[in-house]
Amino acid sequence: MNANDAMIKVVDLHKSFGDNNVLNGVNIEIHKGEVLVIIGPSGCGKSTFLRCLNMLETPTSGNIYLDGTDVTKPSTNINRQRQKMMMVFQHFNLFPHMTILDNLTIAPIKLKNVPKVEAQKKAMDILTRVGLGDRASSYPSQLSGGQKQRVAIARALAMDPEVILFDEPTSALDPEMVGEVLEVMKELAKSGITMLCVTHEMGFAREVASKVIFFDNGVIAENGTPQEVFNNPKNPRLKDFLSKIL
Amino acid sequence: MKKKKYMVYFAAIAVLLLVFGTIVYATGDDTAAGSGFWEEFKAKLVLNFVKEDRWKYITDGLVNTLIISFFALIIGLFLGFIIAILRSTFDMMPKKNIFCKVIDWILKAYLTVIRGTPSLIQLLIMYYVIFTMPNANKIFVAILSFGLNSSAYIAEIVRSGITSVDIGQFEAGRSLGFTHAQTMIYFILPQAFKNILPALGNEFIVLVKETSIAGYIGINELTRGGDFIRSRTYEAFIPLIAVAIVYLIIVMILTKLVEIMERRLKTDERK
Repeated sequence: MNANDAMIKVVDLHKSFGDNNVLNGVNIEIHKGEVLVIIGPSGCGKSTFLRCLNMLETPTSGNIYLDGTDVTKPSTNINRQRQKMMMVFQHFNLFPHMTILDNLTIAPIKLKNVPKVEAQKKAMDILTRVGLGDRASSYPSQLSGGQKQRVAIARALAMDPEVILFDEPTSALDPEMVGEVLEVMKELAKSGITMLCVTHEMGFAREVASKVIFFDNGVIAENGTPQEVFNNPKNPRLKDFLSKIL
Repeated sequence: MKKKKYMVYFAAIAVLLLVFGTIVYATGDDTAAGSGFWEEFKAKLVLNFVKEDRWKYITDGLVNTLIISFFALIIGLFLGFIIAILRSTFDMMPKKNIFCKVIDWILKAYLTVIRGTPSLIQLLIMYYVIFTMPNANKIFVAILSFGLNSSAYIAEIVRSGITSVDIGQFEAGRSLGFTHAQTMIYFILPQAFKNILPALGNEFIVLVKETSIAGYIGINELTRGGDFIRSRTYEAFIPLIAVAIVYLIIVMILTKLVEIMERRLKTDERK
């Protein structure tokens, strides 16, 4: 594999739920270290696209290559591929019956055979990094929404992924908690990890995105740097969309 | 507080005994006229339990009842969990292949038949139709019959528990790279188990009491033991009430155990 080969390559991705065609041929290449922000009106297929990438939704047709491996092929070990591609959900989806520390360590211990002590030490480092070092022995129900989402990000980081998929990570938060989560995400973006982020936080997109993608009717309608997309939109639907939210 | 609650239970039982006893005494014949209520009561206790070691019918019956209940419960839990996990896995599949469809159909048919027929009939069929050899172990037949019966109910309880866990938990597990089975074991079942514990406790109670029909195939369990004493002493009140009290105590202990378990699993709640 070449150094300048795309880390993720999506070829003609289609997804339909019954008669409802959600994705109508998505093509994109994502390189290592890119911070991709996906915007678009609701129901345009942003989340479905993200969920197709790690096969939480099975695409109707098309191919997705991660490091050159086609994850859509039934013969691919999808569990192995998913370990490189963590997901952060809108509703956090922390495991409520486990402490914060166990939430972070269970995947490395069980899936990567990391010794328990080592996994816990690393988990504590990550928790400190997201500002929650003192909550390791709490349970998720004892945390606020913003804290939960930071734990969810920490849980993803604990697996040393190549890419993190964020599915509207701030949409379920109180306005005053959005900031603390975005701070963590900005810090991550600077650290050089590849990120794909579906969000409605245009300020975040403008500030940290290396590329902004506008989805409309299940295809990529516009694709460019934040400056190009926000200051100089060409697509009429994008102009309309931006005029409504900015 | 807790201790007081149990005192109330026992007081209630004592009062019931007294009331029934008085009725028996008042309507009884006059042979014991002159002797006090307690003397007569004592005489009846001696007749029903001490004479010819009749208390053994109760204790032997209790042992059989406990053996049948315990092993039937194990079979029920084991099969029930497997059926529930299979069925909820099939429910989650976007497209089922022919193999899964057949298994799913068989499981549904099993649940329909087991839940649609009385457990007494199942027990009789098991003993007189399936295990027809003369040396078949009756206790084993009863364990199998009650175990299968219970498995159908437990399967649906567990399945409801699995469905009650947020689908996001499943996605979180899978997205971390866990397999379907690992996700079930580490994340879904522990949460489901907590949710269904009261319903499972209910099923345990029903199971213990349902073993009282095992006497139909000639097993000397608790109910039959009491009934046997009645047939020997022509005295219905004391042996039957004694049996009822023993069942009540078993169920109360069971309820207590489920309660303790519920409390221990409550770790993730706000403290």
